[in-house]
Amino acid sequence: MDFLLKVPRDLVFHLGRYMIMMGNVFSKPEKMRVYWKEITRQMDDIGIGSIVIVCLISIFMGAVAAIQFAYQLDGQLVPRYYIGYIVRDLAIIESAPTITCLVLAGKVGSNMAAELGGMRQKEHIDAMEIMGVNTSAFLIMPKLTAALVVIPLLVIISAFVAICGGYIATVPTGEITADDYIRGVRAFFDPHNVTMMFIKSIVFSYILTTVSCYQGYFVKGGSIELGEASTRAVVISNILILTADYVIAVLLTG
Amino acid sequence: MIRAENIFKSFGETEVLKDISLEFKKGHTNLIIGRSGAGKTVLLKILVGLLHPTDGSVYYDDVNFTQLDKKSVREIRMKVGMLFQGSALFDSMTVEENIRFPLDMFTNLTLKEKRKRVNECLERVNLDGSNDKFPSEISGGMQKRVGIARAIVLNPQYLFCDEPNSGLDPKTSLLIDELIRDITLENNITTIINTHDMNSVMEIGDSIALLYEGKVAWQGNKDEVLTSDNEILQGFIFASPFLQRLREAALGNQQ
Repeated sequence: MDFLLKVPRDLVFHLGRYMIMMGNVFSKPEKMRVYWKEITRQMDDIGIGSIVIVCLISIFMGAVAAIQFAYQLDGQLVPRYYIGYIVRDLAIIESAPTITCLVLAGKVGSNMAAELGGMRQKEHIDAMEIMGVNTSAFLIMPKLTAALVVIPLLVIISAFVAICGGYIATVPTGEITADDYIRGVRAFFDPHNVTMMFIKSIVFSYILTTVSCYQGYFVKGGSIELGEASTRAVVISNILILTADYVIAVLLTG
Repeated sequence: MIRAENIFKSFGETEVLKDISLEFKKGHTNLIIGRSGAGKTVLLKILVGLLHPTDGSVYYDDVNFTQLDKKSVREIRMKVGMLFQGSALFDSMTVEENIRFPLDMFTNLTLKEKRKRVNECLERVNLDGSNDKFPSEISGGMQKRVGIARAIVLNPQYLFCDEPNSGLDPKTSLLIDELIRDITLENNITTIINTHDMNSVMEIGDSIALLYEGKVAWQGNKDEVLTSDNEILQGFIFASPFLQRLREAALGNQQ
């Protein structure tokens, strides 16, 4: 019985603490110049630091999608140029925002949780608190701002690279001609899909940043607990990203 | 002056502090001593507001600190400097950047003025010329001194030190003690030191409070430590037979 009560009680506790933390994150910065310096550092960390892994994953994502569709369409009456069309829409609507953010939750999210957790354990956060710094704002707001700016840009790159990946996988191998692939990529374009991609990337960036920072900021104990917090940051971010993906899909395609 | 009034603190079922009332005077080095687990760190964290007491109040010059809203707490904290047990220096910043951090956050000084103030503080802790070193490149004693420099950079009215001598050799410990005492006297600030270093007790203990099982077991100063009959105090300070013989010898000399 106690266990049954513990789950909703913990959920309410964490939700409440998360809301209070976010309230502090959005309070007025002490010194905008110091925050701006931190935002640019985080942009560099998240953006430049993740560009290689995002490109690598996206190129294979596009390549595999193109080959799979080429295989599925083999012998069907569906025109071959549909491969380009399907790869483009799959990249824009789903794979670029979702897969990129799932990967970033693993790379950037765990890094944020470990960084803040380490600062908590080494009393850096206490030291800042005693100086009078609003630590939630100073440590989390620059990460969140940087993520909200940089991750959508990474998603655009991811979508572009995935479409290129589809081209590389199908055109040189003779599955489809270059003209057909490009015709497919240009066919039936709906700008609403791009809007959906941006909405998803912003929502997912918010989730992965705030959840990871929450896990790191309130870490207690030693290195084992820090490792657990880092893992929890990735697992919870991924679950929430996939849930949000479903909700956005229902809302924006209904 | 800082005053703790009837402080109680519990963690779940465990009562860590039981009715602590203490006054920490301005211009004095006020020591909180006691065995590990006596509640020293919890009391210090309550005094600086990192923990909330279960009951009781903390006053900073007649302002009830425990009742203040977040904004007012931050205003008071800008008058507070703290030296942490592990120094808590930011690893990714140089010594200069560490000390400059509070100036960057809370002042409108130019970079030149900030550097001047940083150099003054470094000079005060005998570390001039260490500006560009990273915390990992300096010794534990030097890290403590950088921690002190950072704590005093905004000219605090209250200075808190959590185990300032832990992990340091006796000679360096003495230097740190002298530095803290001198800074306290020069700036007429209220300094509270949480320690179980007996050298500190006998050298800089202007005012000493002994915590035992969450209660204040004894209060006095460094001169009264030798003569007090309090068994808990004697059992704590002169724990080994060697120290007991030293005490007896010292008392014999006094007579």
